Amino acid sequence: MTDRAAATEPILTARAVSVSFDTGGTLADRFRRRERVLRAVDGVDLDLRRGEALALVGESGSGKSTFAKAAAGLIPPSGGEFAFEGRTLGARRDRSDTRRIQMVFQDPYSSLNPRMTVGQMLRELLKFHSVVPADQVAAEAARLIVAVGLTEDALHAYPRQFSGGQRQRVAIARALALRPDVLIADEPVSALDVSVQATILNLLDELRARMNLTLLFIAHNLAVVHHLCDRVAVMYLGRIVEVAPTGELFTSPRHPYTRGLLDAIPRLTDTRTGMAPALEGDPPSPLALPSGCRFRTRCPMAAPVCARVDPQLRTSPDARLPGQSFEHAVACHFAFGERPDEERPSPVEQRNAEPAPVERPSRR
Amino acid sequence: MTATLEVEDLSVRINSRRGALPAVQGVSFEVQRGQAFGLVGESGSGKSITLKALLGLLPPEAAISGGHVRLDGEDLVTASQRRLRQIRGPEMSMVFQEPMSALNPVMRVGDQIAEGPRLHLGLGRSGAAARAVELMRKVGIPDPERRFRSYPHQFSGGMRQRVMIAIALSCNPRVVLCDEPTTALDVTIQDQILRLLTALCAESGTSLVFVTHDLPVIAQVCQTVAVMYAGRILERGPVSEIFREPRHPYTLGLLRSAPNFEENRSGLVPIAGSPPSLRSLPGGCPFHPRCPFATEDCSTAATELRVVAADRVTACIHDDRALHAQLLQPVIS
Ligand SMILES: Nc1ncnc2c1ncn2[C@@H]1O[C@H](COP(=O)(O)OP(=O)(O)OP(=O)(O)O)[C@@H](O)[C@H]1O
Ligand SMILES: Nc1ncnc2c1ncn2[C@@H]1O[C@H](COP(=O)(O)OP(=O)(O)OP(=O)(O)O)[C@@H](O)[C@H]1O
Ligand code: SF4
Ligand code: SF4
Ligand SMILES: [Mg+2]
Ligand SMILES: [Mg+2]
Repeated sequence: MTDRAAATEPILTARAVSVSFDTGGTLADRFRRRERVLRAVDGVDLDLRRGEALALVGESGSGKSTFAKAAAGLIPPSGGEFAFEGRTLGARRDRSDTRRIQMVFQDPYSSLNPRMTVGQMLRELLKFHSVVPADQVAAEAARLIVAVGLTEDALHAYPRQFSGGQRQRVAIARALALRPDVLIADEPVSALDVSVQATILNLLDELRARMNLTLLFIAHNLAVVHHLCDRVAVMYLGRIVEVAPTGELFTSPRHPYTRGLLDAIPRLTDTRTGMAPALEGDPPSPLALPSGCRFRTRCPMAAPVCARVDPQLRTSPDARLPGQSFEHAVACHFAFGERPDEERPSPVEQRNAEPAPVERPSRR
Repeated sequence: MTATLEVEDLSVRINSRRGALPAVQGVSFEVQRGQAFGLVGESGSGKSITLKALLGLLPPEAAISGGHVRLDGEDLVTASQRRLRQIRGPEMSMVFQEPMSALNPVMRVGDQIAEGPRLHLGLGRSGAAARAVELMRKVGIPDPERRFRSYPHQFSGGMRQRVMIAIALSCNPRVVLCDEPTTALDVTIQDQILRLLTALCAESGTSLVFVTHDLPVIAQVCQTVAVMYAGRILERGPVSEIFREPRHPYTLGLLRSAPNFEENRSGLVPIAGSPPSLRSLPGGCPFHPRCPFATEDCSTAATELRVVAADRVTACIHDDRALHAQLLQPVIS
């Protein structure tokens, strides 16, 4: 292994990125002036470092795919911006930036043209972006399809003729065809059996070593994340609540949501269904976010301050804590052993002179 | 006691320009009332095609070429289209692998969930809508009253998958076929869905057929599991035994290629080679070109399933070799 984990130079940076959707709402909603805007991504700061594999994990519906699409330039951020190699990216990206930041979609079915064979699709793409000389286009298409573990037969087939996992591999081949510097992969291996999954993970590892490919990897399978990624960012309701080097996140998670997530991993040898669920309660509606910390309605550690003050991502004030480095940032008032003291305002609160309205957490 | 769902010697062919492909060959299994049966196997091994065949939902180029599917004794292979339409939903339903291809993009998700209860449970408009909201809440979609009116593209991947599950459960079917139902869900919501499904089995006697690549998920829900390869079942038996002590080299390979939290990043060990093309299936044991234990007999051996223990069958003629390999390196330490 190279010491890729030591990579620090950012290649793609998100600065306070937000993405909102207008959900329209019903006439009654408008009448009652209820919130119609859904903030799928709400102020995300994140550095993707050259050559690293960064995992984005978290609650279903927390905004991972939306963030990924914004990073790939497919939806414009409604706030904040992305920078690529230090350059701010505008709303419309040029052909070169488009080629260099590629994305594999979560739902391969809807992202592949149903009327083109896989071979036609790959060849057209290779020609359009002049990836290889014209006389090598066909050979390159064949090479790609074999690299993702399919046979050359696949070049003659239409997307609908594949199984789910085969189709996902076609989508991976398409993204890799353009030899991107950054690959944003949204659940790229979740439809694959473990053996093919191992092939793809090894391929991605090899591309990272050989071509210095940078990877933003969205996944729900934490064993896969543990295997492939150098760092992990955890999302909850549009925010990043914890970022840490992989080993550190799995051995000493500091955000209560991350702990719940790790507790819920199913194992081969025991059944969880007999045990208490790792997390109680339902996630709140993204249309009616709780005040203060968005996790407080489900948090076993919530204190009154959590309803008043929205915790920001911060690194440990004291890096000597066990299993703790300056690389580890958490958005929780009590992440670093501070007592949930009912009376004393939190350190954050002391800095914010303006008192926020008091509201009891609606925890049962 | 007869099984709720009985699949006997099921075969499916897909007609392509270059001849008919044997996508499923002689697949047999039974699911008792209130039990869950798992189906695992490599990508392209025929799991989705098998599930679609059970419900008569094969694509036009594919057809059942032999065997029986019995739902409480009634043969579905010979049933009329009309009868199949009555069965789909209230008696046997399916959670499809790719939600976007199965949901109607121009219909509100709430209406899609309410459709079944209106047609099959005789509920009125508002009754069906209330049922849809209740189901959306059960599968963990926040704020269901308002999200009722959203369209599929306004939902995240995992939310669409939960809509599919809500639709499949909406008419209280006796059997639910689940094709990768939790792959787009984070582990906490997956946990919630698996609890919901196991509770359905225990309380309402619902039977499940569960396809997934996530072997630990099978261990959570299923009592019995079958391993499929190139359209055939290679091994079948109780989950607790098969995952602890597989008696087929392919099952062993699958268990060994799964990433876990113990190994340090030294590279995963996929099963060598790639799955055979349906166009040119190897003779004898279909796994022999990739099998580390293969001998000359394997390329001509019969591929019938043999009983090796109570409720356990394997298609490998050298299952002792797979067992022996585990003496040196157990699957679960
Ligand atoms: N086009 C859209 N219009 C309205 N709302 C949307 C749209 N796309 C996404 N959303 C909402 O934004 C939120 C985040 O969705 P997103 O797809 O980013 O989640 P995700 O983290 O990728 O979840 P999953 O793990 O389930 O794929 C969800 O509440 C979703 O309903
Ligand atoms: N419409 C079709 N036309 C031709 N071949 C098809 C068609 N549908 C499926 N196949 C082929 O049949 C085989 C079995 O497909 P199936 O979808 O059942 O696989 P699967 O086991 O569900 O795989 P996955 O885990 O990847 O979803 C595959 O090799 C696939 O390429
Ligand atoms: S800030 Fe409070 S509610 Fe939020 S995660 Fe920390 S303890 Fe829980
Ligand atoms: S029959 Fe032979 S080739 Fe097939 S799995 Fe057994 S040992 Fe391997
Ligand atoms: Mg997503
Ligand atoms: Mg499938």
